[in-house]
Amino acid sequence: MSTLIALASLAVLILVLEIINLRKTIVPLTLIGLLVALGFNICNFNTIDSFYNNMIVINKTTTLFSSLFIVLTFFIVALGQSFYKEQYDKISDYTSLKIFLLIGAYCMVAFGNMVMFFLGLEILSITLYILAGSDRTNIKSNEAGMKYFLMGSFASGFILFGIALIYGATASFDLDQIQLASSQLAMPKWFMVGFVLMLVGLLFKIAAFPFHFWAPDVYQGSPLLTTTTMSTLAKVAAVAAFYKLSLVFFPAMPANFSNLIAFLIIVTLIVGNVMALKQNNIKRLMAYSGISHAGFMLMAILLGKQAEPHLFYYMVAYAIAGIAAFSVILYVCQDKKEELVIHFRGFAKHKPVLAVTLSLALLSMAGIPILAGFFGKLFLFTQALNQGYYVMVVIAVITSIISIYYYFKVIIVMFTYKNADANTTYQKNFIYSTVAIIAIVINLIIGFCPSLIIDLF
Amino acid sequence: MEHVLQQIGIDQYIYLSIILFSIGAFGILYRRNAIVMFMSIEIMLNAANLLLVAFSNYHEDANGQVFVFFTMAVAAAEVAIGLAILVAIYRNIGSIDIDKLKNLKG
Repeated sequence: MSTLIALASLAVLILVLEIINLRKTIVPLTLIGLLVALGFNICNFNTIDSFYNNMIVINKTTTLFSSLFIVLTFFIVALGQSFYKEQYDKISDYTSLKIFLLIGAYCMVAFGNMVMFFLGLEILSITLYILAGSDRTNIKSNEAGMKYFLMGSFASGFILFGIALIYGATASFDLDQIQLASSQLAMPKWFMVGFVLMLVGLLFKIAAFPFHFWAPDVYQGSPLLTTTTMSTLAKVAAVAAFYKLSLVFFPAMPANFSNLIAFLIIVTLIVGNVMALKQNNIKRLMAYSGISHAGFMLMAILLGKQAEPHLFYYMVAYAIAGIAAFSVILYVCQDKKEELVIHFRGFAKHKPVLAVTLSLALLSMAGIPILAGFFGKLFLFTQALNQGYYVMVVIAVITSIISIYYYFKVIIVMFTYKNADANTTYQKNFIYSTVAIIAIVINLIIGFCPSLIIDLF
Repeated sequence: MEHVLQQIGIDQYIYLSIILFSIGAFGILYRRNAIVMFMSIEIMLNAANLLLVAFSNYHEDANGQVFVFFTMAVAAAEVAIGLAILVAIYRNIGSIDIDKLKNLKG
Protein backbone atom coordinates (compact mmCIF):
# COMPACT_ATOMS: atom_id res chain seq x y z
CA MET A 1 0.00 0.00 0.00
CA SER A 2 2.82 2.42 0.87
CA THR A 3 4.29 1.64 -2.55
CA LEU A 4 1.09 2.74 -4.22
CA ILE A 5 0.93 5.97 -2.19
CA ALA A 6 4.60 6.68 -2.92
CA LEU A 7 4.07 6.16 -6.64
CA ALA A 8 0.95 8.32 -6.77
CA SER A 9 2.63 11.20 -4.94
CA LEU A 10 5.67 10.81 -7.20
CA ALA A 11 3.48 11.18 -10.30
CA VAL A 12 1.85 14.33 -8.91
CA LEU A 13 5.24 15.69 -7.79
CA ILE A 14 6.54 15.43 -11.36
CA LEU A 15 3.67 17.60 -12.60
CA VAL A 16 4.34 20.11 -9.82
CA LEU A 17 8.06 20.26 -10.68
CA GLU A 18 7.09 21.30 -14.20
CA ILE A 19 5.03 24.19 -12.81
CA ILE A 20 7.82 25.49 -10.58
CA ASN A 21 10.36 25.37 -13.42
CA LEU A 22 12.53 22.50 -12.27
CA ARG A 23 12.27 20.61 -15.54
CA LYS A 24 15.91 19.53 -15.51
CA THR A 25 15.50 17.62 -12.25
CA ILE A 26 12.46 15.59 -13.31
CA VAL A 27 14.13 12.43 -14.60
CA PRO A 28 16.76 12.09 -11.83
CA LEU A 29 14.11 12.72 -9.15
CA THR A 30 11.77 10.19 -10.74
CA LEU A 31 14.51 7.59 -10.75
CA ILE A 32 15.19 8.25 -7.05
CA GLY A 33 11.46 8.11 -6.33
CA LEU A 34 11.16 4.77 -8.11
CA LEU A 35 14.05 3.41 -6.03
CA VAL A 36 12.24 4.59 -2.88
CA ALA A 37 9.06 2.84 -4.03
CA LEU A 38 11.10 -0.30 -4.72
CA GLY A 39 12.52 0.03 -1.20
CA PHE A 40 9.02 0.21 0.31
CA ASN A 41 8.11 -2.84 -1.72
CA ILE A 42 11.09 -4.86 -0.56
CA CYS A 43 10.46 -3.87 3.09
CA ASN A 44 7.01 -5.44 2.76
CA PHE A 45 8.50 -8.58 1.31
CA ASN A 46 7.10 -11.09 3.78
CA THR A 47 3.97 -9.27 4.90
CA ILE A 48 0.51 -10.47 4.01
CA ASP A 49 -1.98 -7.69 4.34
CA SER A 50 -5.15 -6.25 2.86
CA PHE A 51 -6.46 -2.69 2.69
CA TYR A 52 -9.82 -0.95 2.25
CA ASN A 53 -12.19 -3.91 2.55
CA ASN A 54 -9.90 -6.24 0.66
CA MET A 55 -9.60 -3.86 -2.30
CA ILE A 56 -5.81 -4.19 -2.30
CA VAL A 57 -4.14 -7.39 -1.20
CA ILE A 58 -0.42 -7.53 -0.51
CA ASN A 59 1.33 -10.88 -0.49
CA LYS A 60 4.56 -12.35 -1.77
CA THR A 61 3.31 -12.71 -5.35
CA THR A 62 2.12 -9.12 -5.47
CA THR A 63 5.39 -7.82 -4.05
CA LEU A 64 7.56 -9.76 -6.47
CA PHE A 65 5.57 -8.92 -9.59
CA SER A 66 5.27 -5.25 -8.69
CA SER A 67 9.01 -5.04 -7.94
CA LEU A 68 9.61 -6.28 -11.48
CA PHE A 69 7.27 -3.58 -12.82
CA ILE A 70 9.09 -0.87 -10.86
CA VAL A 71 12.47 -2.03 -12.18
CA LEU A 72 11.14 -2.01 -15.76
CA THR A 73 9.70 1.48 -15.31
CA PHE A 74 13.06 2.59 -13.92
CA PHE A 75 14.76 1.55 -17.15
CA ILE A 76 12.03 3.05 -19.34
CA VAL A 77 12.09 6.43 -17.56
CA ALA A 78 15.89 6.48 -17.84
CA LEU A 79 15.67 5.82 -21.58
CA GLY A 80 13.12 8.65 -21.83
CA GLN A 81 15.71 11.23 -20.74
CA SER A 82 17.44 10.81 -24.06
CA PHE A 83 14.48 9.73 -26.22
CA TYR A 84 12.47 12.92 -25.54
CA LYS A 85 15.51 15.20 -25.99
CA GLU A 86 13.91 17.05 -28.90
CA GLN A 87 10.65 17.70 -27.10
CA TYR A 88 12.13 18.18 -23.65
CA ASP A 89 9.48 20.74 -22.70
CA LYS A 90 6.99 17.86 -22.51
CA ILE A 91 9.19 15.57 -20.39
CA SER A 92 6.98 15.99 -17.31
CA ASP A 93 3.93 14.70 -19.21
CA TYR A 94 5.74 11.69 -20.60
CA THR A 95 7.38 10.81 -17.29
CA SER A 96 4.28 11.23 -15.16
CA LEU A 97 2.25 9.20 -17.68
CA LYS A 98 4.76 6.39 -17.25
CA ILE A 99 4.38 6.53 -13.49
CA PHE A 100 0.58 6.46 -13.86
CA LEU A 101 1.02 3.46 -16.11
CA LEU A 102 3.04 1.81 -13.35
CA ILE A 103 0.24 2.58 -10.87
CA GLY A 104 -2.19 0.83 -13.22
CA ALA A 105 0.16 -2.14 -13.48
CA TYR A 106 0.50 -2.23 -9.68
CA CYS A 107 -3.29 -2.28 -9.24
CA MET A 108 -3.46 -5.13 -11.75
CA VAL A 109 -1.38 -7.42 -9.54
CA ALA A 110 -2.48 -6.12 -6.15
CA PHE A 111 -6.24 -6.22 -6.63
CA GLY A 112 -8.49 -8.17 -4.29
CA ASN A 113 -11.66 -6.89 -5.88
CA MET A 114 -12.86 -6.77 -9.47
CA VAL A 115 -13.39 -2.99 -9.20
CA MET A 116 -9.70 -2.48 -8.52
CA PHE A 117 -8.78 -4.85 -11.36
CA PHE A 118 -10.93 -2.94 -13.84
CA LEU A 119 -9.63 0.44 -12.69
CA GLY A 120 -6.01 -0.74 -12.87
CA LEU A 121 -6.55 -2.15 -16.34
CA GLU A 122 -8.12 1.09 -17.53
CA ILE A 123 -5.40 3.28 -16.01
CA LEU A 124 -2.82 1.15 -17.80
CA SER A 125 -4.72 1.15 -21.09
CA ILE A 126 -5.64 4.84 -21.16
CA THR A 127 -2.06 5.97 -20.51
CA LEU A 128 -0.90 3.62 -23.25
CA TYR A 129 -3.43 5.06 -25.72
CA ILE A 130 -1.99 8.52 -25.03
CA LEU A 131 1.61 7.32 -25.33
CA ALA A 132 0.89 5.42 -28.56
CA GLY A 133 -0.55 8.53 -30.19
CA SER A 134 1.89 10.94 -28.56
CA ASP A 135 3.80 11.82 -31.76
CA ARG A 136 0.96 14.09 -32.85
CA THR A 137 2.21 15.29 -36.23
CA ASN A 138 3.11 11.81 -37.43
CA ILE A 139 0.14 10.11 -39.09
CA LYS A 140 1.53 6.65 -38.29
CA SER A 141 1.55 7.40 -34.60
CA ASN A 142 -2.01 8.78 -34.86
CA GLU A 143 -3.11 5.65 -36.62
CA ALA A 144 -1.45 3.43 -34.02
CA GLY A 145 -3.12 5.38 -31.22
CA MET A 146 -6.52 5.15 -32.90
CA LYS A 147 -6.24 1.43 -33.61
CA TYR A 148 -5.05 0.71 -30.12
CA PHE A 149 -7.79 2.87 -28.64
CA LEU A 150 -10.59 1.19 -30.62
CA MET A 151 -9.32 -2.33 -30.02
CA GLY A 152 -8.47 -1.66 -26.38
CA SER A 153 -11.83 -0.15 -25.46
CA PHE A 154 -13.59 -2.95 -27.34
CA ALA A 155 -11.68 -5.39 -25.12
CA SER A 156 -12.45 -3.33 -21.98
CA GLY A 157 -16.14 -3.52 -22.89
CA PHE A 158 -15.91 -7.32 -22.98
CA ILE A 159 -14.10 -7.42 -19.64
CA LEU A 160 -16.67 -5.11 -18.03
CA PHE A 161 -19.60 -7.14 -19.33
CA GLY A 162 -17.91 -10.28 -18.07
CA ILE A 163 -17.43 -8.74 -14.62
CA ALA A 164 -21.12 -7.73 -14.59
CA LEU A 165 -22.24 -11.29 -15.39
CA ILE A 166 -19.91 -12.75 -12.75
CA TYR A 167 -21.32 -10.24 -10.25
CA GLY A 168 -24.79 -11.42 -11.21
CA ALA A 169 -23.84 -15.02 -10.53
CA THR A 170 -21.95 -14.58 -7.27
CA ALA A 171 -23.39 -11.32 -5.83
CA SER A 172 -19.88 -10.04 -5.08
CA PHE A 173 -16.87 -8.35 -6.66
CA ASP A 174 -14.52 -9.74 -4.06
CA LEU A 175 -12.14 -12.40 -5.40
CA ASP A 176 -12.24 -14.51 -2.23
CA GLN A 177 -16.02 -14.50 -2.13
CA ILE A 178 -16.25 -15.28 -5.85
CA GLN A 179 -13.91 -18.22 -5.29
CA LEU A 180 -15.95 -19.38 -2.31
CA ALA A 181 -19.27 -19.05 -4.11
CA SER A 182 -18.10 -20.73 -7.30
CA SER A 183 -16.63 -23.70 -5.45
CA GLN A 184 -19.61 -24.31 -3.17
CA LEU A 185 -22.81 -23.31 -4.95
CA ALA A 186 -24.12 -24.40 -8.32
CA MET A 187 -23.45 -21.48 -10.62
CA PRO A 188 -25.94 -20.22 -13.20
CA LYS A 189 -24.92 -20.51 -16.85
CA TRP A 190 -23.96 -16.87 -17.12
CA PHE A 191 -21.06 -17.32 -14.69
CA MET A 192 -19.22 -19.27 -17.37
CA VAL A 193 -20.29 -16.84 -20.08
CA GLY A 194 -18.94 -14.04 -17.90
CA PHE A 195 -15.53 -15.62 -17.54
CA VAL A 196 -15.32 -16.39 -21.26
CA LEU A 197 -16.06 -12.72 -22.02
CA MET A 198 -13.31 -11.72 -19.58
CA LEU A 199 -11.02 -14.24 -21.26
CA VAL A 200 -11.67 -12.55 -24.62
CA GLY A 201 -10.70 -9.18 -23.15
CA LEU A 202 -7.61 -10.55 -21.43
CA LEU A 203 -6.40 -12.33 -24.57
CA PHE A 204 -6.75 -8.98 -26.34
CA LYS A 205 -4.62 -7.28 -23.72
CA ILE A 206 -1.80 -9.82 -23.77
CA ALA A 207 -2.04 -10.09 -27.60
CA ALA A 208 -2.63 -13.83 -27.92
CA PHE A 209 -4.41 -15.65 -30.75
CA PRO A 210 -7.21 -15.02 -31.93
CA PHE A 211 -6.97 -11.40 -30.73
CA HIS A 212 -3.37 -10.61 -31.64
CA PHE A 213 -3.93 -8.71 -34.91
CA TRP A 214 -3.65 -5.24 -33.40
CA ALA A 215 -0.17 -5.81 -31.96
CA PRO A 216 2.05 -5.54 -35.09
CA ASP A 217 0.31 -2.40 -36.39
CA VAL A 218 0.28 -0.63 -33.03
CA TYR A 219 3.88 -1.60 -32.24
CA GLN A 220 5.02 -0.35 -35.64
CA GLY A 221 3.24 3.00 -35.51
CA SER A 222 3.93 4.00 -31.91
CA PRO A 223 7.04 5.96 -30.91
CA LEU A 224 9.85 3.51 -30.21
CA LEU A 225 9.92 4.06 -26.47
CA THR A 226 6.18 3.40 -26.27
CA THR A 227 6.74 0.17 -28.16
CA THR A 228 9.33 -0.73 -25.54
CA THR A 229 6.83 -0.02 -22.76
CA MET A 230 4.08 -2.03 -24.45
CA SER A 231 6.17 -5.07 -25.18
CA THR A 232 7.77 -5.24 -21.74
CA LEU A 233 5.81 -3.58 -18.94
CA ALA A 234 2.27 -3.66 -20.34
CA LYS A 235 2.52 -7.25 -21.54
CA VAL A 236 4.00 -8.52 -18.30
CA ALA A 237 1.37 -6.66 -16.24
CA ALA A 238 -1.49 -8.09 -18.30
CA VAL A 239 -0.08 -11.60 -17.97
CA ALA A 240 0.26 -11.17 -14.20
CA ALA A 241 -3.37 -10.03 -13.91
CA PHE A 242 -4.49 -12.94 -16.11
CA TYR A 243 -2.54 -15.33 -13.89
CA LYS A 244 -4.15 -13.96 -10.75
CA LEU A 245 -7.65 -14.27 -12.23
CA SER A 246 -6.93 -17.74 -13.59
CA LEU A 247 -6.22 -19.03 -10.08
CA VAL A 248 -9.77 -18.07 -9.08
CA PHE A 249 -11.70 -18.96 -12.22
CA PHE A 250 -9.98 -21.95 -13.84
CA PRO A 251 -11.02 -24.42 -11.10
CA ALA A 252 -14.68 -23.40 -11.60
CA MET A 253 -14.57 -24.09 -15.34
CA PRO A 254 -15.55 -27.42 -16.95
CA ALA A 255 -12.89 -30.12 -17.32
CA ASN A 256 -12.22 -29.62 -21.03
CA PHE A 257 -11.64 -25.89 -20.59
CA SER A 258 -7.89 -26.54 -20.28
CA ASN A 259 -7.98 -28.10 -23.76
CA LEU A 260 -9.29 -24.82 -25.14
CA ILE A 261 -6.44 -22.90 -23.48
CA ALA A 262 -3.90 -25.46 -24.70
CA PHE A 263 -5.27 -25.08 -28.24
CA LEU A 264 -5.02 -21.27 -28.00
CA ILE A 265 -1.41 -21.59 -26.79
CA ILE A 266 -0.47 -23.86 -29.70
CA VAL A 267 -2.02 -21.55 -32.31
CA THR A 268 -0.52 -18.44 -30.65
CA LEU A 269 2.95 -19.99 -30.78
CA ILE A 270 2.57 -21.01 -34.43
CA VAL A 271 1.08 -17.69 -35.57
CA GLY A 272 3.60 -15.56 -33.69
CA ASN A 273 6.68 -17.42 -34.82
CA VAL A 274 5.66 -18.11 -38.42
CA MET A 275 4.43 -14.58 -39.15
CA ALA A 276 7.65 -13.11 -37.72
CA LEU A 277 9.69 -14.88 -40.40
CA LYS A 278 8.78 -12.50 -43.22
CA GLN A 279 8.98 -9.18 -41.36
CA ASN A 280 11.59 -6.64 -42.39
CA ASN A 281 10.63 -4.00 -39.82
CA ILE A 282 12.27 -4.66 -36.47
CA LYS A 283 9.26 -3.34 -34.52
CA ARG A 284 6.88 -5.70 -36.31
CA LEU A 285 9.37 -8.51 -35.75
CA MET A 286 9.44 -7.76 -32.02
CA ALA A 287 5.62 -7.59 -32.02
CA TYR A 288 5.30 -11.10 -33.45
CA SER A 289 8.01 -12.34 -31.12
CA GLY A 290 5.98 -10.76 -28.30
CA ILE A 291 2.91 -12.71 -29.47
CA SER A 292 4.84 -15.97 -29.31
CA HIS A 293 6.14 -15.08 -25.83
CA ALA A 294 2.56 -14.41 -24.76
CA GLY A 295 1.94 -18.02 -25.80
CA PHE A 296 4.74 -19.25 -23.55
CA MET A 297 3.47 -17.19 -20.61
CA LEU A 298 -0.07 -18.51 -21.19
CA MET A 299 1.46 -21.96 -20.83
CA ALA A 300 2.53 -21.09 -17.29
CA ILE A 301 -0.97 -19.74 -16.60
CA LEU A 302 -2.47 -23.04 -17.78
CA LEU A 303 -0.17 -24.99 -15.43
CA GLY A 304 -1.53 -23.14 -12.40
CA LYS A 305 -0.17 -22.43 -8.96
CA GLN A 306 2.90 -24.69 -9.02
CA ALA A 307 4.24 -22.91 -12.12
CA GLU A 308 4.20 -19.52 -10.37
CA PRO A 309 7.99 -19.21 -9.79
CA HIS A 310 8.59 -20.33 -13.36
CA LEU A 311 6.10 -17.81 -14.73
CA PHE A 312 7.86 -15.08 -12.78
CA TYR A 313 11.26 -16.25 -13.95
CA TYR A 314 10.08 -16.30 -17.57
CA MET A 315 8.64 -12.78 -17.21
CA VAL A 316 11.87 -11.41 -15.77
CA ALA A 317 13.93 -13.06 -18.49
CA TYR A 318 11.65 -11.86 -21.28
CA ALA A 319 11.17 -8.31 -20.02
CA ILE A 320 14.83 -7.67 -19.19
CA ALA A 321 15.94 -9.08 -22.54
CA GLY A 322 13.29 -6.88 -24.17
CA ILE A 323 14.67 -3.77 -22.43
CA ALA A 324 18.21 -4.64 -23.57
CA ALA A 325 17.13 -5.32 -27.16
CA PHE A 326 15.02 -2.18 -27.43
CA SER A 327 17.76 0.04 -25.97
CA VAL A 328 20.07 -1.06 -28.76
CA ILE A 329 17.27 -0.62 -31.32
CA LEU A 330 16.77 2.90 -29.94
CA TYR A 331 20.49 3.50 -30.31
CA VAL A 332 20.52 2.41 -33.95
CA CYS A 333 17.23 3.95 -35.04
CA GLN A 334 17.34 7.21 -33.05
CA ASP A 335 17.48 9.42 -36.17
CA LYS A 336 15.87 7.10 -38.72
CA LYS A 337 12.32 7.44 -39.96
CA GLU A 338 11.60 3.73 -40.10
CA GLU A 339 13.06 0.91 -38.04
CA LEU A 340 14.03 -1.53 -40.79
CA VAL A 341 16.26 -4.54 -40.24
CA ILE A 342 18.63 -3.31 -42.98
CA HIS A 343 19.52 -0.33 -40.81
CA PHE A 344 21.51 -2.74 -38.66
CA ARG A 345 23.95 -3.49 -41.49
CA GLY A 346 27.53 -3.27 -40.33
CA PHE A 347 26.51 -2.22 -36.83
CA ALA A 348 28.94 -4.72 -35.30
CA LYS A 349 31.87 -2.97 -36.92
CA HIS A 350 30.92 0.42 -35.48
CA LYS A 351 29.78 -0.66 -32.02
CA PRO A 352 30.86 -4.23 -31.27
CA VAL A 353 29.79 -4.17 -27.60
CA LEU A 354 26.25 -3.03 -28.35
CA ALA A 355 25.97 -5.47 -31.26
CA VAL A 356 26.92 -8.30 -28.91
CA THR A 357 24.39 -7.00 -26.37
CA LEU A 358 21.58 -7.06 -28.92
CA SER A 359 22.65 -10.52 -30.07
CA LEU A 360 22.62 -11.84 -26.51
CA ALA A 361 19.18 -10.29 -25.86
CA LEU A 362 17.75 -11.86 -29.01
CA LEU A 363 19.40 -15.20 -28.23
CA SER A 364 17.88 -15.07 -24.76
CA MET A 365 14.45 -14.58 -26.33
CA ALA A 366 15.13 -17.46 -28.71
CA GLY A 367 16.11 -19.66 -25.77
CA ILE A 368 19.81 -20.41 -26.24
CA PRO A 369 21.50 -21.99 -23.17
CA ILE A 370 23.25 -19.99 -20.45
CA LEU A 371 20.94 -17.04 -21.14
CA ALA A 372 17.91 -16.55 -18.92
CA GLY A 373 15.37 -17.19 -21.69
CA PHE A 374 16.58 -20.77 -22.07
CA PHE A 375 15.99 -21.64 -18.42
CA GLY A 376 12.60 -19.92 -18.49
CA LYS A 377 11.54 -22.19 -21.33
CA LEU A 378 13.19 -25.26 -19.80
CA PHE A 379 11.29 -24.86 -16.50
CA LEU A 380 7.98 -24.32 -18.29
CA PHE A 381 8.45 -27.32 -20.58
CA THR A 382 9.43 -29.57 -17.67
CA GLN A 383 6.33 -28.52 -15.73
CA ALA A 384 4.11 -28.99 -18.77
CA LEU A 385 5.53 -32.48 -19.41
CA ASN A 386 4.92 -33.42 -15.78
CA GLN A 387 1.29 -32.43 -16.20
CA GLY A 388 0.97 -34.41 -19.43
CA TYR A 389 0.67 -31.74 -22.15
CA TYR A 390 2.93 -33.63 -24.59
CA VAL A 391 1.56 -32.22 -27.86
CA MET A 392 1.81 -28.66 -26.58
CA VAL A 393 5.44 -29.09 -25.52
CA VAL A 394 6.45 -30.69 -28.84
CA ILE A 395 4.91 -27.80 -30.79
CA ALA A 396 6.45 -25.25 -28.41
CA VAL A 397 9.90 -26.75 -28.98
CA ILE A 398 9.43 -26.80 -32.76
CA THR A 399 8.26 -23.17 -32.82
CA SER A 400 11.20 -22.06 -30.64
CA ILE A 401 13.49 -23.64 -33.22
CA ILE A 402 11.66 -21.68 -35.94
CA SER A 403 12.09 -18.51 -33.88
CA ILE A 404 15.89 -18.90 -33.95
CA TYR A 405 15.71 -18.23 -37.71
CA TYR A 406 14.28 -14.73 -37.47
CA TYR A 407 16.34 -13.72 -34.45
CA PHE A 408 19.46 -14.82 -36.34
CA LYS A 409 18.34 -12.79 -39.36
CA VAL A 410 18.98 -9.62 -37.34
CA ILE A 411 22.23 -10.94 -35.86
CA ILE A 412 23.57 -11.95 -39.29
CA VAL A 413 22.71 -8.53 -40.74
CA MET A 414 24.70 -6.90 -37.95
CA PHE A 415 27.79 -9.07 -38.25
CA THR A 416 28.20 -10.08 -41.88
CA TYR A 417 27.36 -7.05 -44.01
CA LYS A 418 30.70 -5.36 -43.51
CA ASN A 419 30.22 -2.58 -46.05
CA ALA A 420 27.74 -0.30 -44.42
CA ASP A 421 26.99 2.99 -46.19
CA ALA A 422 30.04 5.16 -45.90
CA ASN A 423 28.02 8.01 -44.44
CA THR A 424 26.40 5.91 -41.72
CA THR A 425 27.38 7.24 -38.34
CA TYR A 426 25.87 6.43 -35.00
CA GLN A 427 25.46 9.25 -32.54
CA LYS A 428 27.05 8.42 -29.24
CA ASN A 429 24.43 7.91 -26.62
CA PHE A 430 25.52 7.16 -23.10
CA ILE A 431 22.07 6.38 -21.66
CA TYR A 432 20.97 3.86 -24.29
CA SER A 433 24.23 1.92 -24.11
CA THR A 434 24.36 1.93 -20.30
CA VAL A 435 20.77 0.66 -19.95
CA ALA A 436 21.37 -2.01 -22.60
CA ILE A 437 24.50 -3.28 -20.87
CA ILE A 438 22.99 -3.25 -17.38
CA ALA A 439 19.93 -5.12 -18.61
CA ILE A 440 21.95 -7.78 -20.40
CA VAL A 441 24.17 -8.24 -17.34
CA ILE A 442 21.06 -8.85 -15.21
CA ASN A 443 19.88 -11.33 -17.83
CA LEU A 444 23.22 -13.17 -17.73
CA ILE A 445 23.28 -13.22 -13.91
CA ILE A 446 19.83 -14.75 -13.58
CA GLY A 447 20.76 -17.09 -16.42
CA PHE A 448 23.81 -18.34 -14.51
CA CYS A 449 21.95 -18.71 -11.22
CA PRO A 450 18.22 -19.20 -11.85
CA SER A 451 17.84 -20.05 -8.16
CA LEU A 452 18.23 -16.32 -7.37
CA ILE A 453 14.70 -15.85 -8.70
CA ILE A 454 13.13 -19.27 -8.14
CA ASP A 455 14.09 -19.39 -4.45
CA LEU A 456 12.28 -16.15 -3.73
CA PHE A 457 8.97 -18.04 -3.67
CA MET B 1 -37.64 -0.15 -7.26
CA GLU B 2 -38.08 -3.68 -6.07
CA HIS B 3 -41.59 -4.09 -7.34
CA VAL B 4 -40.39 -3.18 -10.85
CA LEU B 5 -37.92 -6.03 -10.78
CA GLN B 6 -40.65 -8.39 -9.54
CA GLN B 7 -43.00 -7.40 -12.34
CA ILE B 8 -40.48 -7.64 -15.16
CA GLY B 9 -37.96 -10.18 -13.93
CA ILE B 10 -34.16 -10.25 -14.05
CA ASP B 11 -34.08 -12.30 -17.27
CA GLN B 12 -35.54 -9.47 -19.31
CA TYR B 13 -32.85 -7.10 -18.05
CA ILE B 14 -30.14 -9.59 -19.01
CA TYR B 15 -31.59 -10.03 -22.50
CA LEU B 16 -31.89 -6.27 -22.98
CA SER B 17 -28.30 -5.62 -21.99
CA ILE B 18 -27.04 -8.50 -24.15
CA ILE B 19 -28.91 -6.97 -27.11
CA LEU B 20 -27.43 -3.54 -26.39
CA PHE B 21 -23.96 -5.03 -26.00
CA SER B 22 -24.28 -6.82 -29.34
CA ILE B 23 -25.46 -3.62 -31.03
CA GLY B 24 -22.35 -1.89 -29.69
CA ALA B 25 -20.01 -4.72 -30.73
CA PHE B 26 -21.43 -4.93 -34.26
CA GLY B 27 -21.31 -1.15 -34.52
CA ILE B 28 -17.55 -1.23 -33.92
CA LEU B 29 -17.05 -4.06 -36.37
CA TYR B 30 -19.16 -2.72 -39.26
CA ARG B 31 -19.31 1.10 -39.07
CA ARG B 32 -16.37 3.07 -40.44
CA ASN B 33 -17.06 6.54 -39.06
CA ALA B 34 -14.96 7.18 -35.96
CA ILE B 35 -17.66 9.10 -34.09
CA VAL B 36 -20.18 6.29 -34.61
CA MET B 37 -17.56 3.82 -33.39
CA PHE B 38 -17.08 5.88 -30.23
CA MET B 39 -20.83 5.83 -29.69
CA SER B 40 -20.78 2.05 -30.12
CA ILE B 41 -18.10 1.74 -27.44
CA GLU B 42 -20.30 3.82 -25.14
CA ILE B 43 -23.26 1.55 -25.86
CA MET B 44 -21.18 -1.50 -24.93
CA LEU B 45 -20.05 0.05 -21.65
CA ASN B 46 -23.54 1.26 -20.82
CA ALA B 47 -25.01 -2.17 -21.53
CA ALA B 48 -22.66 -3.48 -18.86
CA ASN B 49 -23.70 -0.63 -16.55
CA LEU B 50 -27.36 -1.49 -16.99
CA LEU B 51 -26.61 -5.09 -16.17
CA LEU B 52 -24.65 -4.10 -13.06
CA VAL B 53 -27.51 -1.93 -11.80
CA ALA B 54 -30.07 -4.65 -12.51
CA PHE B 55 -28.04 -7.26 -10.64
CA SER B 56 -27.37 -4.80 -7.85
CA ASN B 57 -31.11 -4.42 -7.38
CA TYR B 58 -31.66 -8.16 -7.72
CA HIS B 59 -29.11 -9.04 -5.03
CA GLU B 60 -30.07 -6.00 -2.90
CA ASP B 61 -26.40 -5.08 -2.74
CA ALA B 62 -25.13 -1.53 -3.32
CA ASN B 63 -21.67 -2.53 -4.61
CA GLY B 64 -22.90 -2.89 -8.17
CA GLN B 65 -24.22 0.65 -8.28
CA VAL B 66 -20.97 2.04 -6.87
CA PHE B 67 -19.05 0.20 -9.59
CA VAL B 68 -21.25 1.91 -12.17
CA PHE B 69 -19.94 5.31 -11.00
CA PHE B 70 -16.36 4.14 -11.50
CA THR B 71 -17.22 2.78 -14.93
CA MET B 72 -18.84 6.05 -15.98
CA ALA B 73 -15.75 8.01 -14.93
CA VAL B 74 -13.49 5.59 -16.79
CA ALA B 75 -15.69 5.70 -19.91
CA ALA B 76 -15.62 9.49 -19.91
CA ALA B 77 -11.81 9.53 -19.65
CA GLU B 78 -11.53 6.94 -22.38
CA VAL B 79 -13.70 8.83 -24.86
CA ALA B 80 -11.84 12.08 -24.08
CA ILE B 81 -8.59 10.37 -25.10
CA GLY B 82 -10.24 8.92 -28.19
CA LEU B 83 -11.51 12.33 -29.30
CA ALA B 84 -8.07 13.87 -28.73
CA ILE B 85 -6.49 11.24 -31.00
CA LEU B 86 -9.26 11.85 -33.53
CA VAL B 87 -8.54 15.61 -33.57
CA ALA B 88 -4.87 14.85 -34.22
CA ILE B 89 -5.87 12.58 -37.12
CA TYR B 90 -8.23 15.19 -38.55
CA ARG B 91 -5.46 17.79 -38.48
CA ASN B 92 -3.17 15.45 -40.41
CA ILE B 93 -5.44 14.00 -43.08
CA GLY B 94 -8.61 16.14 -42.94
CA SER B 95 -10.97 13.21 -42.51
CA ILE B 96 -12.32 10.96 -39.77
CA ASP B 97 -12.93 7.93 -41.96
CA ILE B 98 -11.20 4.95 -40.36
CA ASP B 99 -10.65 3.31 -43.76
CA LYS B 100 -8.22 6.08 -44.71
CA LEU B 101 -5.85 4.94 -41.97
CA LYS B 102 -3.89 2.34 -43.89
CA ASN B 103 -0.26 3.32 -43.41
CA LEU B 104 0.72 0.45 -41.16
CA LYS B 105 1.28 -2.75 -43.08
CA GLY B 106 3.91 -5.47 -42.98
